[in-house]
Amino acid sequence: MDTIPVSYYLVLSGLLFTCGVLGFLIKRNIITIFMSIELMLNGVNLAFVAFAAQWHSLSGQIFVFFVMVVAAAEATVGLAIIIAVYRTRQTLNVDQVNLLKL
Amino acid sequence: MFHIILFFFFGAICMAGAINLLVQSHPINSALSLITVMAALAGEYLLLGAEFVAAVQVIVYAGAVMVLFVITIMLLNAGKEEHTKGSRVAILIGVPGVLIAAVLVTWTLVSRGQTGSVAIGALPGSPQEIARLLFHEFLLPFEVTSVLILIAIMGAVVLASRPEAIAHHPAKADQPDSAPSKRKDAPQLVASGVGSGKER
Amino acid sequence: MSITTFVIISLIKSIAVIFVLLTAVAYSVWLERKVSAHIQNRWGPTRVGPFGLLQPLADGVKFIFKEDLTQPHVYKPLYIAAPMIAMVFAITSISVIPFGNYVDFGPWGTYLQITDLNIGLLVVLGITSMGVYGVALAGWASNNKYSLLGGLRASAQMISYEVSLGLSLVGVLIIAGSLSLRDIVDAQRHLHWNILFQPVAFFIYLISAYAETNRTPFDLPEAESELVAGYHTEYSAMKFAMFFMAEYANMVTVACLATLLFFGGWLGPVFGPPILQAILPVIWFCLKVFFFMFLYVWVRWTLPRFRYDQLMAFGWKFLLPLAIANIVVTALIVAWRA
Repeated sequence: MDTIPVSYYLVLSGLLFTCGVLGFLIKRNIITIFMSIELMLNGVNLAFVAFAAQWHSLSGQIFVFFVMVVAAAEATVGLAIIIAVYRTRQTLNVDQVNLLKL
Repeated sequence: MFHIILFFFFGAICMAGAINLLVQSHPINSALSLITVMAALAGEYLLLGAEFVAAVQVIVYAGAVMVLFVITIMLLNAGKEEHTKGSRVAILIGVPGVLIAAVLVTWTLVSRGQTGSVAIGALPGSPQEIARLLFHEFLLPFEVTSVLILIAIMGAVVLASRPEAIAHHPAKADQPDSAPSKRKDAPQLVASGVGSGKER
Repeated sequence: MSITTFVIISLIKSIAVIFVLLTAVAYSVWLERKVSAHIQNRWGPTRVGPFGLLQPLADGVKFIFKEDLTQPHVYKPLYIAAPMIAMVFAITSISVIPFGNYVDFGPWGTYLQITDLNIGLLVVLGITSMGVYGVALAGWASNNKYSLLGGLRASAQMISYEVSLGLSLVGVLIIAGSLSLRDIVDAQRHLHWNILFQPVAFFIYLISAYAETNRTPFDLPEAESELVAGYHTEYSAMKFAMFFMAEYANMVTVACLATLLFFGGWLGPVFGPPILQAILPVIWFCLKVFFFMFLYVWVRWTLPRFRYDQLMAFGWKFLLPLAIANIVVTALIVAWRA
């Protein structure tokens, strides 16, 4: 019966979250920024499930479901916003969406 | 021993996909690397014994949300990114800063973390027990998320519909020609340079 | 059972199942050509072997020797990867499908299934939803407006009908109480087949599955008269053959699931010596799957195809509320009887 310290899973979760934050900061395409947000959410999900395994409590997994549902709803509305922005500005570069007036 | 090998195998795929998402300049490549990250995370959940969460991760996240992303990238014909001045500054300052923060957090967790150990497949994440929890203790959040999804659907339909479709509403029937004339120079989404052509 | 025995048995089962699946895919093409021909009052393949039975072999040789054209302006990595993605996910879903009962060879006894996961049904649903990528990426990577439109339409259609597909199966799950495919079949013993208890769910499942596998009457994304050939316009030879095989492998998976979930799987009259008792369930299973493949072909050559807006409206506005109503009614009845 071999075991792994839970901190290994937490380190992986932290690294995924870090990559998400980096992507959010350095990318200039709206869709890629949005995908970095999804990456952050996935990192957090891994931390939830790791702790649920450590404390033998299924509430961690239930919370993962709610995170996934909220992420799906947010992805839907966010992509609709991206399509609306593209229709008016004809660009997907966030640096060019910097004026309230068209 | 299998646990560590499998953990590092899936973990390496996760990190490779995450770094590839940052490095690639075309959004479709970033989307595909994110899909591999999600699939590898499903493997990690299986190692932790959360089989239902792993299945839902593949079905919902990798199989539906990412399909939406890919469809949007295809529809809007997103090309390669350009590097502006702001992004160069962000890379110069952001990458070292976030990396230092990551190293700090990792070191703290590994050396001073007081978490225990977990065996392979430790948690009994069978669907029956999750359903019992979901419909007894967590019933209120469950119902609230269903209302949330309904709101998201309505919001997405309104946001993504064409402005002429809203302008033909009977309440705005007195200005039927102002909306189409403003939109005559906005290119039709599908006809504008479809495919993966010129940016290759 | 030791680890080496387990590995050897699993390898033998995997190789046998993949071999049988690929042969079934090839001969479902033959079945389609013969049945469509007889529906249209002609003969179909008759020259290559008796009753044209070697026609799939000739088709395979043709596909291998055909010239593999690759257009210059396609996005090469995804252009080459998309048919492989479609093929991989179409074949993987056979790994949780049970074919028969426990076969007892002493220490080498095994279930007739590659693996029995206790979330088997969700695995099949997950692999089906991953199979959308083959279609979407093929349409985009081909750098052709017809392919892009076909790919977008096909992927939107597939993700829309996945919802009603999954929801229609919830009624079966409420009755069976488990996600494992073997348990669902075991709950249908003594002629308690789910088709008697869940006819509406069967109807919804069949229609959603026809839309998932992009078969008529829902095959607008690949219809020849509409979009040249949709998402596989620019593919030739082996890559086209891979899409072709992926579509028929998906059909086989849907037919297997329909028999397991609604028609009792391998249950049927079993008699005789132990060797016959081991083989008869597999024969019943194959007969039922063959009936569903025949139904696929029969429906294709009988019904005209839906227009795309009719298709999407049907999926979202009719099938989805019907599936939810089915769940509510089933849950009420099960709770009443408990």
